[in-house]
Amino acid sequence: MAWAAYLTAGWIVLAGFYGIVTSRNLVHVVVCLSVAQSATYLLLLSVGYRWGATAPVFSDIRPGRPVVDPVVQAMTLTDVVVGATVTALLLALTVQVSKRRGTVDPDALRTLEE
Amino acid sequence: MLSAVELALAVPFVTAMVLAAAGRWLPRVVVDAVAMAAALTVIGLLGVVLWRAVRHGTVVVWLGGWGPHGGISNGIPLVADPFAAGLALVVAVLTVAALMFSWRYFTEVQAIFHVLMLMFLGAMCAFALTGDVFDAFVFFELMSTVAYVLTGYRAEEARTVHGALNFGVVNSIGAYLTLTGIALMYGRTGELGFAAIGERVRAAGEPDAGLLVAFTLLCTGFLVKAAAVPFHFWLADAHAVAPTPVCVLFSGIMVELGVYAVARAHWTILGGTADAVLAGFGAVTMLLGGVMCVLQPHIKRLLAYSTISHVGLLLTCVALMRADALTGAAFYLLGHAGVKSALFIGAGMLLNRFQTVDETELHGRARGMRVTSCLFLLGGLGLAGLPPGGMWLGKVLAERAAEPYGWWWFTVLGLLAAGLTGGAVLRVWLRVFHGAGAAPTRHPVEHEDAETAEPTPRKPLPMLVPGVLLLGGGLLTVVLPASAVAGGAEVFTTGYTEAVLYGEASVAPAGRPPSPWTFSGVASGLAGIVAALAVAALGVWGGRLPQPARLGTVLRGLHSGHVGDYIAWVLAGIALFAVLTVVTR
Amino acid sequence: MSKGVNGVRRLRLCLMAAGALGFAAVFTLAVLGLQPFGGDVHPYGDRAVRASLLRGTPNTVSSVNFDQRALDTLGEELILVASALAVVVLLRMVRREEEDEPGRHRYGPADVFEALRVTGYALLPVTVLVGVYVVAHGQLSPGGGFQGGVVLGTAVHVLYLTGDYRALDRIRPVPLFEGGEAVAAAAFVVLALAFAGLIIPMNAVVGVEVGCAFILVLAKFFEQALLVRETG
Repeated sequence: MAWAAYLTAGWIVLAGFYGIVTSRNLVHVVVCLSVAQSATYLLLLSVGYRWGATAPVFSDIRPGRPVVDPVVQAMTLTDVVVGATVTALLLALTVQVSKRRGTVDPDALRTLEE
Repeated sequence: MLSAVELALAVPFVTAMVLAAAGRWLPRVVVDAVAMAAALTVIGLLGVVLWRAVRHGTVVVWLGGWGPHGGISNGIPLVADPFAAGLALVVAVLTVAALMFSWRYFTEVQAIFHVLMLMFLGAMCAFALTGDVFDAFVFFELMSTVAYVLTGYRAEEARTVHGALNFGVVNSIGAYLTLTGIALMYGRTGELGFAAIGERVRAAGEPDAGLLVAFTLLCTGFLVKAAAVPFHFWLADAHAVAPTPVCVLFSGIMVELGVYAVARAHWTILGGTADAVLAGFGAVTMLLGGVMCVLQPHIKRLLAYSTISHVGLLLTCVALMRADALTGAAFYLLGHAGVKSALFIGAGMLLNRFQTVDETELHGRARGMRVTSCLFLLGGLGLAGLPPGGMWLGKVLAERAAEPYGWWWFTVLGLLAAGLTGGAVLRVWLRVFHGAGAAPTRHPVEHEDAETAEPTPRKPLPMLVPGVLLLGGGLLTVVLPASAVAGGAEVFTTGYTEAVLYGEASVAPAGRPPSPWTFSGVASGLAGIVAALAVAALGVWGGRLPQPARLGTVLRGLHSGHVGDYIAWVLAGIALFAVLTVVTR
Repeated sequence: MSKGVNGVRRLRLCLMAAGALGFAAVFTLAVLGLQPFGGDVHPYGDRAVRASLLRGTPNTVSSVNFDQRALDTLGEELILVASALAVVVLLRMVRREEEDEPGRHRYGPADVFEALRVTGYALLPVTVLVGVYVVAHGQLSPGGGFQGGVVLGTAVHVLYLTGDYRALDRIRPVPLFEGGEAVAAAAFVVLALAFAGLIIPMNAVVGVEVGCAFILVLAKFFEQALLVRETG
């Protein structure tokens, strides 16, 4: 099916959302966030794919050979770095939540609305 | 040689990196001075850019010489139209105010606070100036990342890190949905520039359902940043725990940049007439923000909810899709930036003096703080729409713009928002600074740490001065040349593509917006003030009246601090937004 | 109480389910508007390839990252710096905490096989060399500053895997890497704005920055996990 790759991305987004919504552990929340983000890698790379094309690196192929879209690859690369760093930051916050509240269960954290 | 626009980005970033490298060995006063000098330089540079944009038309800079040929380019443009340059200038001014507030006193770790503030400044300027969707995503993420850290800066407190984590997760999800929208948009149009995407979309004729969905997803992250209901949950959590100077930047401009990005995307990509769905989201945001604001005893949370309400009004202005509504929005934004920043500074004064910002705890205890008291009084009146404040002027202009559509509810909701938010602040003023109403039975509140390492002196000038100046600015926005603002709105709504892709920057005809000094205009302002006084009086002395307590409990229960709840709301919100957009267009 | 929590959980799931249904529907709509997977229309991509070859950069992804869209990479590098600083700030020692000396605990050297330790020491220079190679070849072949930087950043942690935390602690003085990261980022800002397209120096600077940032972040997490204690 011609749209399966795109739809898979949508499925992964929802999987990430489901994970966060039902999560009982903040570390798991952060990882599910990465899952949701990995959908964007898949979507970007699928959007840039071209049948029968190869990697857009011309050190060992001749110019003129069809290649996949390098712009989405560059965007994905940026996205990967963003994802890794945001994950590190959120995990650092999780470490501190765990130390200060003594729990990483979102259900057990007190509300901030008081 | 770099242009002034590029320098305005290079200066804060490079200075930040120098401080990051050398900060741990520099004395505090040098760090303060260097950061302040950098922020002031940015003000100067952006002032020049804004002047040029107003006088000679939009300034467009293509980075690395990748300018367009025949309207097609591989590069990224920085686009300084009067609105973009003006917003960047607001960022720089508020950064200077925030740095002044933190001068000497604010607890510092190896100059990292200053580094982060400068990076925040650069990121917000870049976000406002970029003419490329993916680049906007990158700087959105940079500004968010810095914002999470600044929120969680006082990591020794449990609620701080909890609030920062909620902020981080919700905003990140929003950003990833935006990126999903960008990918879909790229798949549809094969372009990444706002102008280029818009050209392809228009060439393809009337947008179909798929494009509308891509557009709504693209806007999701910006709506999360703009704290539109139901994406707003992070905002109060983050504002309540973030340090005061950071709140100034959050409420004053960062949240509004979300609205700006929605407006930019809407005009360049979709266009068209009034967007009833966006207006609906704006209306609910206005109302819920106002109600939650009144229900709050925690002063910083109270101010945060009032920001939500005001941003709802800005979103509704954008939804009108008219240049004159944007003129109103611009004045409203400027007035709000001044007044709300001053109020946060006032809250910071209370926090550093009493280690709490709980209204009940503080009952009657701040009688001696005259300047801070004035900040709250005038700030509350300003939020309620005191003429000639920017919020009054902006609201009146926006009401005029809404008339042709018959959106009478806009006036009603605007009045409610003004009354509820202004009234809540006036109630705080009465109770905290005058001990009005019955003294509350003290209940133990989790005390917060002061933000300063040593106790502040009785009249800490570096903290008060920015508050007073910002309040003055917010209340005197009316002195700005109205024709220049109206011209900026005109340029924002027309001629973007021509300026960016074909180098045909135009200067908008300098038509003055209608004068707000009419009977209905002044009456609108006074009505807001009367409503605010009523809300404040009810809050202080109306304790015996039957209260809709159940509604309050339910509403506050929804703002649970539970990250799963927040994310479920985001998903439901984006689905609703997209479905409604597809169905109604 | 648990009944209340369960009720809330069910409500949350219902809200999520409604949102998921709506999202699935509209996302499908959006996807059906795209060209079928593997289609041939990539206007920006084709232009980027042409421009890259005209400038003599065989790795077109590098050309996009460091030349045509250098501003994206600038933002990305700064995000990296910001999150490294974030980890330094958030995982600093706060009141009621103190740090143990790195030597106070024995983190393992006794517990690992001699063979593993020798392999670790032997792998360290090899991994560093691979990292430098990946950075240096970014213009020609897949790889570049990020990828190589990550290899460099993780290389020193081979020492931890050998069980020798003290050795790791000795070879990575945190202030040095903080400084290195910041200086590299400053250099990148200048390069990206004024000299975009100098791919080899840009890759090198990014490699230094990414490597330093990873070492810094991991160092802070190690400290938290191994050394910082609450003092009650």
